[in-house]
Amino acid sequence: MKRSQQMLAVAGLALAVWAMGYGFYYAVWVEHQTLDHIGGSLAGAFQHAALRETAASHASLEDYARAKYVYTREVDAHSHWIGLAMVLLALAALWNRLPFGERTRGMLAGALILGSYGFPLGVLLQNPAGWGIGQGIAIAGSALLIVAFGGVAAGFARRV
Amino acid sequence: MSSSAPSVEIPAVPASFPRLGARRLLVLGGLALFLGGTILGDVFAVFVLHPNADRIGQALVAATAAVRQHRAEDAGQSFAAIGGFLENRGTKVDAHSHMIGFGYLAMLLAILFPWIRLREAASRRLAVLLITGGVVLPVGVFGIHYVGLAYSPLESIGWASIVADGGGLLVVIACAGFLAGLWRQWREGETPAEDELLRDRSWAGRALMAGGTLLILAGFLHGAWYAGVDLYAQEQQDRDLLATMADSASLDPGPGLVPERAGAALNAYGTLQADHAVKIAAHAHIIEFGLIALMAGFFQPFVFLGEAWKRRWAVVLLLGSAILPVAVLLEVQFGLVAGGIADFGGALVIAALAGMLSGVLRYTGRLDATAGSLGSGGRA
Repeated sequence: MKRSQQMLAVAGLALAVWAMGYGFYYAVWVEHQTLDHIGGSLAGAFQHAALRETAASHASLEDYARAKYVYTREVDAHSHWIGLAMVLLALAALWNRLPFGERTRGMLAGALILGSYGFPLGVLLQNPAGWGIGQGIAIAGSALLIVAFGGVAAGFARRV
Repeated sequence: MSSSAPSVEIPAVPASFPRLGARRLLVLGGLALFLGGTILGDVFAVFVLHPNADRIGQALVAATAAVRQHRAEDAGQSFAAIGGFLENRGTKVDAHSHMIGFGYLAMLLAILFPWIRLREAASRRLAVLLITGGVVLPVGVFGIHYVGLAYSPLESIGWASIVADGGGLLVVIACAGFLAGLWRQWREGETPAEDELLRDRSWAGRALMAGGTLLILAGFLHGAWYAGVDLYAQEQQDRDLLATMADSASLDPGPGLVPERAGAALNAYGTLQADHAVKIAAHAHIIEFGLIALMAGFFQPFVFLGEAWKRRWAVVLLLGSAILPVAVLLEVQFGLVAGGIADFGGALVIAALAGMLSGVLRYTGRLDATAGSLGSGGRA
């Protein structure tokens, strides 16, 4: 088992454990309360509108939009982490079939690992750190993933 | 199918795939979880998804009409109903996706098994823990909508959620154990014996691996395009359309329970939700099917079927994996026709996996029979 292959296997399983731990924490301590908040603020917006309280209705809608924005990114980070962990594990098993030298394999493995950890982290950071920083990390992470995975696909295509 | 000559040789001593061994538990449990999750998803798509979306739309119309008539309490009740419909949908999607996810995990661990340095008994316990958690979590999540908060000791979490969380904890513990085994192997730097799962070079195996890689890449590209072009615009539209419904119903003059502007916003909101749902579903499914194709590629040496049938099932799996996401994407434009084609694609994937699973079961049955006859011979 080459070093790059070991890196992928350990990083992949560690990411799976991390993602499931995060999902467990989120399901127990955050998700139900967040969903109640989203539903409550949307219902509140329409109830205020029914009472012709336009400003309060708009404030509730803003609250709803913000809560839904945060929830979407929290759930997306969990699902992307676990999905990318699976991809890393599958690639670890396939790694010996990649017709590249260990140096190139190492670079591809590094890019895949960095992208798999970084992209969902960027998505999650859009909540506290704002649109710019989180978005930048997410874009850089996803670009790394696509380029590295394209390289892997090209390698496998050469073998078929 | 069953009459075709198997192309694999059955080893007399199945060292890497022992009866009731951890690896076999992971392979069979993983395939069964994936198959169960896929069937649940197909049943959900056919019988629950569309009627549920219609009920959400009707409740939203009722909420808008209640705003028009100054009935704040009724508007609140309509949203409580919408919350119930969304919970019904969300828990079924979650049960489906988690069951499939745990199936992947079990199969991936089976593939990586030679690199995990643990005693067989410990590995078997971890495998049982993983499969048990992989069943308990989705069953618990499925029950959330029906059990609710009945007899719950907590304010916002019911018993079904508690059971689901317990299942999730079992999976986390099992994965942490396997990670420790993988880490030990890395630290000690020993090379494991060559493994038949990683050695296969058959046409079916190579086609599944190359096809799976391309499907995953297509899923990545589609996801990046969706995030860049649609995600933020759709979030803004979601908020704006809801504001238009509430404002129009509250302030617009004229007769009718739902003013024209609110009606248009309701229609646009329905289209927006459908567009969002199909894009997310296509993205998730193309990557999931890519992963399952990759893994099925590994397991070809354990599929005890003739080469022709192995090729057929590989092609059927890849075909279904491409048809379903593309047809799902076209559902907004072509409605039920595209939905039917997507269901057909899902059925192809299920049929191919069931065919491969039957081959794995035949392989394990033949292994056990061979081991049994060798054992009897030895005793005699």
